[in-house]
Amino acid sequence: MLIVVCIKQVPDTTQVQIDPVTNTLVREGIPFIVNPYDTHALEEALRLKDRFGCRVAAISMGPPNAEATLRKALALGADRAILLSDRVFGGADTLATSNVLAAAISRLDSELEKVGIVLCGKQTIDGDTAQVGPGIASRLSLQQLTLVDRILSIELNDGKIRVSRKLEGRHEIVESPLPAMLTVVRELNRPRYPKVPMRLAAAGGEVEIWNNQVLKLDENTIGLKGSPTWVTKIFSPERAKGEILGDGYADPDGAAKMLIEKLLAKDMLPV
Amino acid sequence: MADTKPRIKRPLGVARLLDGACIACGARCQSACPANCIEMNDTGEPVIDPAKCIGCRKCVKVCPASALEMYFTPEQLKIIEELSATSTPAADNADPEEEAVARKLLQYRGVWVFVEQTEGEAAKVSWELMGVGSRLAASLGVELSAMVIGENVRHLCAEAFAYGASRCYLVDSPVFRHYRTEPYAQACCVLIEKHKPEIILMGATGMGRDLAGAVATRVSTGLTADCTGLDIDEKRNLMQTRPAFGGNIMATIMCDRFRPQMSTVRPNVMPMPPYQEGAQGEITEELLAIPEESILAKVLEISHDSHSRSAVDITGAEFIISGGRGMMAPENFSILQELADEIGGVVGASRSAVDAGWMPGDRQVGQTGKTVRPKIYIACGISGAIQHLVGMQDSDMIIAINRDRNAPIFEVATYGIVGDLFRVVPAITRQIRELKTARNRH
Repeated sequence: MLIVVCIKQVPDTTQVQIDPVTNTLVREGIPFIVNPYDTHALEEALRLKDRFGCRVAAISMGPPNAEATLRKALALGADRAILLSDRVFGGADTLATSNVLAAAISRLDSELEKVGIVLCGKQTIDGDTAQVGPGIASRLSLQQLTLVDRILSIELNDGKIRVSRKLEGRHEIVESPLPAMLTVVRELNRPRYPKVPMRLAAAGGEVEIWNNQVLKLDENTIGLKGSPTWVTKIFSPERAKGEILGDGYADPDGAAKMLIEKLLAKDMLPV
Repeated sequence: MADTKPRIKRPLGVARLLDGACIACGARCQSACPANCIEMNDTGEPVIDPAKCIGCRKCVKVCPASALEMYFTPEQLKIIEELSATSTPAADNADPEEEAVARKLLQYRGVWVFVEQTEGEAAKVSWELMGVGSRLAASLGVELSAMVIGENVRHLCAEAFAYGASRCYLVDSPVFRHYRTEPYAQACCVLIEKHKPEIILMGATGMGRDLAGAVATRVSTGLTADCTGLDIDEKRNLMQTRPAFGGNIMATIMCDRFRPQMSTVRPNVMPMPPYQEGAQGEITEELLAIPEESILAKVLEISHDSHSRSAVDITGAEFIISGGRGMMAPENFSILQELADEIGGVVGASRSAVDAGWMPGDRQVGQTGKTVRPKIYIACGISGAIQHLVGMQDSDMIIAINRDRNAPIFEVATYGIVGDLFRVVPAITRQIRELKTARNRH
């Protein structure tokens, strides 16, 4: 049984700043990282490999430089790494992205080994949509188990999985047959660090590149053309400056007093 | 007789990138280019080969950041000037493909809200969506409908009418007892194909996101997550505004060639609409025969999280005092807790504070945390990245305490104090305590 992990290379959005003068994104020096949620998906795949000896394939759709991300997956112990890269894949929204990923998974399924589990992070930190995992599940008719925070049991022979899902203020235990697509949350596990020999091995490990000559998808269903949604405008919200009270450095008590007077005048304080 | 003068061709120019304007959106320009003259560099910016550019403008039109423009040489500009002085612009020819799209879109009418429920109780976000749904329906001149799916959930239709729906599509059967992706997605798809709504809104909750992603894929339409603003443009299309790029910037997203247009909205982003007791509407019940045996996933157990000491629900709090990177260490959050105790509030945190392990994840406010709208939000040592601001900007009042006068948090704050929070916050706490003591004495 093959386990497929979908990973994405994302800009480290926690380090992005807005230029206060031009009101545009300052992108210089922003590092690319593996989407943090995806590292937990990869970790879970590797744990299943350790436990059951199944093979793990990591796939990613992105530009050629996303190869670095897949190399990390190889360093951690993934058996295969495939970069889905082609200019016709570019500009894709979640619908077009799930089409390419699903096509790659079904190719692995038919040519390499039956895919039992597809693992994805619950969302990416750049798009934050959480839509690609469900998109893959629907396209491939996989059981859809989102927001998994624990895998309670897996019976590979019977093709059955039991998981805990983390929802708002509650948890759900769900049992489903395989194959299944799981999206995972951070609580699921703690990702490992690569061991040095593995890193060395991965330096020579090969990231395969599949373009659309391999996947042969209709160009109207991928990339920009296959994306129903498109961004018409990007902007930084304009805001009115707030009122600064007193001098908090020289006279913290005075500033606090001014604040409390303002709150009392507006009847906002519960005293 | 035809004009015998040699016809001067209008110069098309070549595309070029404006310095610093590219946001590395993901190679939209490269994908749009029919001449393959755009290569992306390592930072995700386009490098355009002017020798290969055919001047089609496709990349310019598709760029969401308006980072590309057409460049003309001075000689070309002169020709353009001369041409525009002599010729009149040609009338737009109707494009048969565009007309077919327009005809298809016309078949879709109405705004729907998916009413999320667990064990017969509706999620509050569904009613919040009724408010914005009513406004959209009114500007389109169409009906607002609720989509109610579950087991023994007919009573939710009356609630939906009270919150502004005029119709309910009801699917009620034991197979829908617990939410499971498969039967719910099937039910939604049947309703969509039969009744063709133009807009569907769902809560951006665990359930809503699970369902919306499946439904949008099956009906092959666009889905925009976590919208914070929804409006209708002059062509009846939905303008969906949401934080993008990890919440560092806002984007307006359209789905103007596909229907339905689907959006999710997070809880507490939209205000609750008024409740009109006894409001009437029409129930359209769909009887769907989905056999239980055909649904392979089983929900074995639902457990409600126990409220341990750390499990505080910040979304319902009237007063929230949040700390960020400026708190320096986890133990320093005690000064925020003291202020919170004094005014009956709770302590929240920014993403940096949670990522640093100073506060539990359920206290996180912002794009990847929770959206809150308390009466007063006090941000202490939080610089105010947009990803944080989108989670709290709808609070009735925002107070910012920060060392840096230029921190963006001061732009959303009603009141700001520039100073050392370790001196300012205890001063506020002490003065409120004194005020309370003085009032109790009287």
